Amino acid sequence: MPEPLLPHVLAFVTMLALNAYVVLGGADFGAGVWDLLARGPRKDVQREAIAHGIGPIWEANHVWIILVVVLLFTCFPAVYAYLSVALHVPLVLMLFGIVLRGSAFTFRAYDSTNSPVQKWWGRIFSIASTVTPVVLGMSVGAIVSGAIVTPPDATFTARFLTPWLSPFAIAVGGLTLAVFAFLAAVYLTVEAETHDLQEDFRRNALGAAVIVGACALATLITGRETVSKLTDTLLTHTLAIPLQIITGVAALSAIAALVTRRYRIARAAAVVPVSAIVWGWALAQFPWMVPGVHSVTSAAAPAVTQRLVAYGLAAGAVLVVPSLWVLFSVFKSDTMSAFERVDTAEYRATDTPPKERS
Amino acid sequence: MAMSLAFHIIFAVMGIGMPLLMVLAERQWLRTRQPVWLDLAKRWSKGTAILFAVGAVSGTVLSFELGLLWPTFMEYAGPIIGMPFSLEGIAFFTEAIFLGVYLYGWTKLSARAHWWAGVAVAVSGTVSGIFVVFANAWMNSPTGFTLVDGKPVALDPIAAMLNPAALPQALHMTLAAFATTGIAVAGIHAWMLRKDRSSPFHRAALAVALWIAVPASLLQIVSGDLSAKFVAKTQPVKLAALEGHFKTERGATLRIGGIPNERTRETPYAIEIPKALSFLAFADFDAEVKGLEAFPESDWPPVAVVHIAFQIMVGLGSLMALASLWVVVLWIRKRAPADSRPLLGFLALLTPAGFIAVEAGWVVTEVGRQPWIIQGVMRTADAVTPMPGLVVPFLAFTALYIFLGVIVAWLLWAQIIRTRPA
Repeated sequence: MPEPLLPHVLAFVTMLALNAYVVLGGADFGAGVWDLLARGPRKDVQREAIAHGIGPIWEANHVWIILVVVLLFTCFPAVYAYLSVALHVPLVLMLFGIVLRGSAFTFRAYDSTNSPVQKWWGRIFSIASTVTPVVLGMSVGAIVSGAIVTPPDATFTARFLTPWLSPFAIAVGGLTLAVFAFLAAVYLTVEAETHDLQEDFRRNALGAAVIVGACALATLITGRETVSKLTDTLLTHTLAIPLQIITGVAALSAIAALVTRRYRIARAAAVVPVSAIVWGWALAQFPWMVPGVHSVTSAAAPAVTQRLVAYGLAAGAVLVVPSLWVLFSVFKSDTMSAFERVDTAEYRATDTPPKERS
Repeated sequence: MAMSLAFHIIFAVMGIGMPLLMVLAERQWLRTRQPVWLDLAKRWSKGTAILFAVGAVSGTVLSFELGLLWPTFMEYAGPIIGMPFSLEGIAFFTEAIFLGVYLYGWTKLSARAHWWAGVAVAVSGTVSGIFVVFANAWMNSPTGFTLVDGKPVALDPIAAMLNPAALPQALHMTLAAFATTGIAVAGIHAWMLRKDRSSPFHRAALAVALWIAVPASLLQIVSGDLSAKFVAKTQPVKLAALEGHFKTERGATLRIGGIPNERTRETPYAIEIPKALSFLAFADFDAEVKGLEAFPESDWPPVAVVHIAFQIMVGLGSLMALASLWVVVLWIRKRAPADSRPLLGFLALLTPAGFIAVEAGWVVTEVGRQPWIIQGVMRTADAVTPMPGLVVPFLAFTALYIFLGVIVAWLLWAQIIRTRPA
């Protein structure tokens, strides 16, 4: 058990929130990628299924990243400040992506009359969905490789650009995008209402799985020189072997389930290796939050703050977890059948005749 | 940052006000089963959806920008005022979840459950706004820590969250959100009613909007007075700047309007009311009100900007209260506000008043605190990021926000207001 306990618990919760963002919010970005890549005779149906799948949940999923940021600046303010300075440029780019993605998606959903304009919103939504995960991944790559640690008197380029533009960071960016797209395609196989549509998303998912594999390989190759520590830890840490076995088995099961068209199993299995990548990153860097500069204990806020945040999180969980359960059980429990278009659907209460009319 | 905040605050204000309108309309529908109410609830929920989405993403930008622009401030203040932000995160989470349930759940939930989901949106939206204001209030009245060698020690995040400015500021901002949204919606429908007096749709919309706008605008006068008295006590420099008050005096003169001149230390062209400032600030006509000259010039905010912004805020707030009073008189006489043509004209003119007042009020509290980012503790210039070339992201975000603002305004207009009711 690492000492002191509380900062580690909070760091763990922060990673947990990030993990949730990756498997939930990440898939919403991935869905945008498939919107961009929609092809063939069913491309409009595909786009509609995507919009329908993420519509009710994307804003809730998006809050996970806000939670990560808030936990970081409350519990590990030095890390937050450090990353904000070092990753200023990619974070600004990512914010642009987040703003454009969310607004364009909403504008498209509520601009029902004007189809040429709507197409533009769709385009902006899907491009922003594609670019944002890449930049997010590049930022993570810059952190894990330790490249963000630069002397304050370095040149602008060396300090603010090269850390996140290294081959390794770019490979992590690609991996992030591929993983998000893979998750989205797998989720969409469960939610597609027709067989043809399911086949489309199944093909997408299998294709994305191949690209995930290629990107993972690229990450290891580019990382071998610059971040031997990452690969070392991933091979030598006591938790590393079980983690890798679980990852491998789950990844293969997800693919096997896709091949044999057992989509619900694929959905459950796909989450595991993706989460394992997130935790593998945490493990590789532990105990550093900014490699060599800030560790979980050295960057931690005063104990009183940590304790109050822990209470706040516990109380918040009591409120948020059942609410999330309501959200997902309303919209994702019987995703095979519940597939009516919202804007044409009538309000259930209108079934009963009005008591009086004016 | 300032640009992002100025933009976000509009969406935040409507994001707090709109769900209440939507819930009230749906409640009327459940009660009366008149289709006009369902139509209204659906339109307003569309508006809420658009505003919430843009508000959520612009809020995300802010949570990052705090660090992108003010890393030193956040490193310093994060542990002290992270508490309200964490709680805000939870409230915001709840709001996002139930908004999803509400918007997409019309056919999936019972009517009652659906209405309660809307209530959850309205409540959590208001609460999350209150927490953010708590954090801002701390910058005006920093408490909950002790300074030792320039470093904060002995933190008490609860005391920081419940700092003395928290309640007056949160009350003022929440009322502002309801008053602004209420008046804006009432104004739009009042304008429509001038052309088509009998439209049941616009009459219903005006009625609900006024239920919110009237009490909020009237209470705001009281809340504003409380806030001013609080500022007089805790931030005398700010008060002096608000009032364009340079010389310390007993029985201080209240100046309405005028253009403060920092060089000559006078505020010419103002309407002057003797002793009124002392009374408003300290409830005593002969109380001493410290002028700007009592403080070193390096601690002055830009006086003219703050004074004029304050005049705008108070002026518009008073007009909104006046309109509300007019409505109350009509209610007492059992006349529908929709039948009073001059009132409709007045309300239509006031449509943007709340937004302008909110922006002006935001200038008052933020610019009025300068040169401090944390009153009396940290100067803004010491908190800024070492990143060069900040003007590039600033211009880019400004352009993006202007673009989004235009789109949202157009969408609300084209999709919700202009289309004929079914």
